Amino acid sequence: MLEIRNLCARVEGKEILKGIDLHVKAGEVHAIMGPNGSGKSTLAHILAGKEGYEVTAGEALYEGKNLLEMDPEDRAREGVFLAFQYPVEIAGVSIAAFLKAAVNAGRKHRGQPELDAMEILSMLEDRCKFVEMNKEFLKRNVNDGFSGGEKKRNEILQMAVLEPRLAILDETDSGLDIDALRIVAGGVNKLRRPDRAMVVVTHYQRLLDYIQPDHVHVLQAGRIVKSGGPELAHELEKSGYRWLELEPKGAQSVSVR
Amino acid sequence: MASESETIEERLKQDYKWGFVTTVDADEAPRGLSEEIVRLISAKKQEPDWLLEWRLKSYRHWLTMKEPTWQNVKYPAINYQDIIYYSAPKQKKAGPQSLAEVDPEILKAYEKLGIPLHERERLAGVPGIAVDAVFDSVSVGTTFKNKLAKLGIVFCSFSEAVHEHPELIRKYLGSVVPYTDNYFATLNSAVFSDGSFCYVPKGVRCPMELSTYFRINAADTGQFERTLIIADEGSYVSYLEGCTAPMRDTNQLHAAVVELVALRDAQIKYSTVQNWYPGDKEGKGGIYNFVTKRGLCKGESSKVSWTQVETGSAITWKYPSCVLLGDNSQGAFYSVALANNYQQADTGTKMIHIGKNTKSTIISKGISAGHGQNTYRGLVRILKSAVNARNYSQCDSMLIGDKCGAHTFPNMDVKNSTAHIEHEAMTSKIGEDQLFYCQQRGIAQEDAVNLIVNGFCRQVFKELPMEFAVEAQKLLAVSLEGSVG
Repeated sequence: MLEIRNLCARVEGKEILKGIDLHVKAGEVHAIMGPNGSGKSTLAHILAGKEGYEVTAGEALYEGKNLLEMDPEDRAREGVFLAFQYPVEIAGVSIAAFLKAAVNAGRKHRGQPELDAMEILSMLEDRCKFVEMNKEFLKRNVNDGFSGGEKKRNEILQMAVLEPRLAILDETDSGLDIDALRIVAGGVNKLRRPDRAMVVVTHYQRLLDYIQPDHVHVLQAGRIVKSGGPELAHELEKSGYRWLELEPKGAQSVSVR
Repeated sequence: MASESETIEERLKQDYKWGFVTTVDADEAPRGLSEEIVRLISAKKQEPDWLLEWRLKSYRHWLTMKEPTWQNVKYPAINYQDIIYYSAPKQKKAGPQSLAEVDPEILKAYEKLGIPLHERERLAGVPGIAVDAVFDSVSVGTTFKNKLAKLGIVFCSFSEAVHEHPELIRKYLGSVVPYTDNYFATLNSAVFSDGSFCYVPKGVRCPMELSTYFRINAADTGQFERTLIIADEGSYVSYLEGCTAPMRDTNQLHAAVVELVALRDAQIKYSTVQNWYPGDKEGKGGIYNFVTKRGLCKGESSKVSWTQVETGSAITWKYPSCVLLGDNSQGAFYSVALANNYQQADTGTKMIHIGKNTKSTIISKGISAGHGQNTYRGLVRILKSAVNARNYSQCDSMLIGDKCGAHTFPNMDVKNSTAHIEHEAMTSKIGEDQLFYCQQRGIAQEDAVNLIVNGFCRQVFKELPMEFAVEAQKLLAVSLEGSVG
């Protein structure tokens, strides 16, 4: 579903990604772990099409298409979803109105008839259950005055509504207390499907106690330095990221299939 | 992203779609301004002597005045001798005429503008909108007059009211905006040609929206209309004003005066969707919209509210105001002003608290894009007599791009220590982050801008009658096209 080959990228002249290789199949959940500044969020942003990044080499194919050449809105309409680390406020725009615009943009793109306000609303009310939200939540303005937990639940709600094929979760656990984490992770687990892939970007192993990944990759200084199964996350939790730094340089580039 | 910049190019090429010219046989005054011209206008309208005298008094006073320069807008000096002060489509007979007698070309023009000059109901059982259509200097027709007359409501052109209801005109003309008020209001008092008049009798709730649609058609003419609305004790009226003009590369002056009088327990809601031609992308042409609007809450517990959506005009310069004379009276000002390309807007309000327990609300939303300059200028004045006066002001600005500007001048003058005044102001920029967030959900960039701007303006739009709120949103979307690239 997603194939990244030798992806290199710069921000303001500074090399951040130095050759990322990643292959994600439908139905899989991949965790990308790494210390601050390793390039995790940069990778997530580049895949979603955020401006300000210069791709200097490599490619990213999504369902065989060159993802990096597509407009961000087209990537979204084709099924790429990014759950933001810092969701953005939009004053005066209700979640319902926002999601109506988003859902219909996607439907139009796929040649489906647009949904009217009533159809959208009943769908949204149904999806609120995924993140244990009251339907009153839909009337609130997008992220305006939300707590950290509400913002992240709103992200997962949007994912449940837009039904992406590839979901990238950028530090979805940051700023969450244990109850919010349980709800958010529960929402994500309910959305796992054989035809949907997920890339979970996180600093801590904590989230992976709730969302069991199929593969774990460790990103460090712009490279994936280690890949493995779920057990790798536990190892990291025990020893921290420092033990990786102590390994000989030659062992660092491990590409994953 | 070549495809995206192409679509923005395409959108930039879209023209002001209200910019057409209608060919009509017009009766025009010679260019320039003099006592003779003032007399000519009065004679054309077969006005009584007292009104001619009032015009002449205004004209003579105007000659002693200087054009103001304190406003935060720039424009080349206006040559008042180069303007045509009267232009009317030729009519078969003098005086008011029925809709059937209106020139079909004019009816077509209004149809093209989407203004219903017929008396069909909008939906079965839902009353339509009564429209007074002002074409250049004269009213060409007023709909639903008879239906309104059954309730005692007078809704007609100003000229007609001068003949049919001289006692009301004499009593109230200039009672809110005196002929000495300001340069442009004084000019208007001398040369005003037509406009709308409305009187709602005691205890009557006007069952439909009343509206005036102003259309400038002729070239080189100024439009100087005058509107007077009187809501008698316990009555209610909601009034809408819309405006468009052809695209021309010269500037045209529009200097109108609106006076509202609300007697005891009466309420007037006045809404404007102003879409005069704003000039082209380089700032050539467009309307100078220099307007004086003021409402007098004369009686106890009366209410006046102004809601304006200002998207057009090269320069907008207006301060719809409320004089809160009656005890417990309330004034409100809700405004969305857009300055895109080279448009300039200097707009705001004055709330003058005189009576006890008077209350005013100001919600102003300024949007600047392109090279647009947007200024909010407001005055809240609490006089000594205004015990327990309250004001809430919120003045927000939104910037789109980095070549535009937003300025806020909130003035307060408080003479009574029991006053409660709250002021909030906020400036925001449509950020890359907001746009990307929307795009990541599949919403195209231009749709995202509209969504964000509409959210920003929501507090004001909800004050508009429903169908006009929808209209205002669409208008804002069209006016913002190409502002993000």
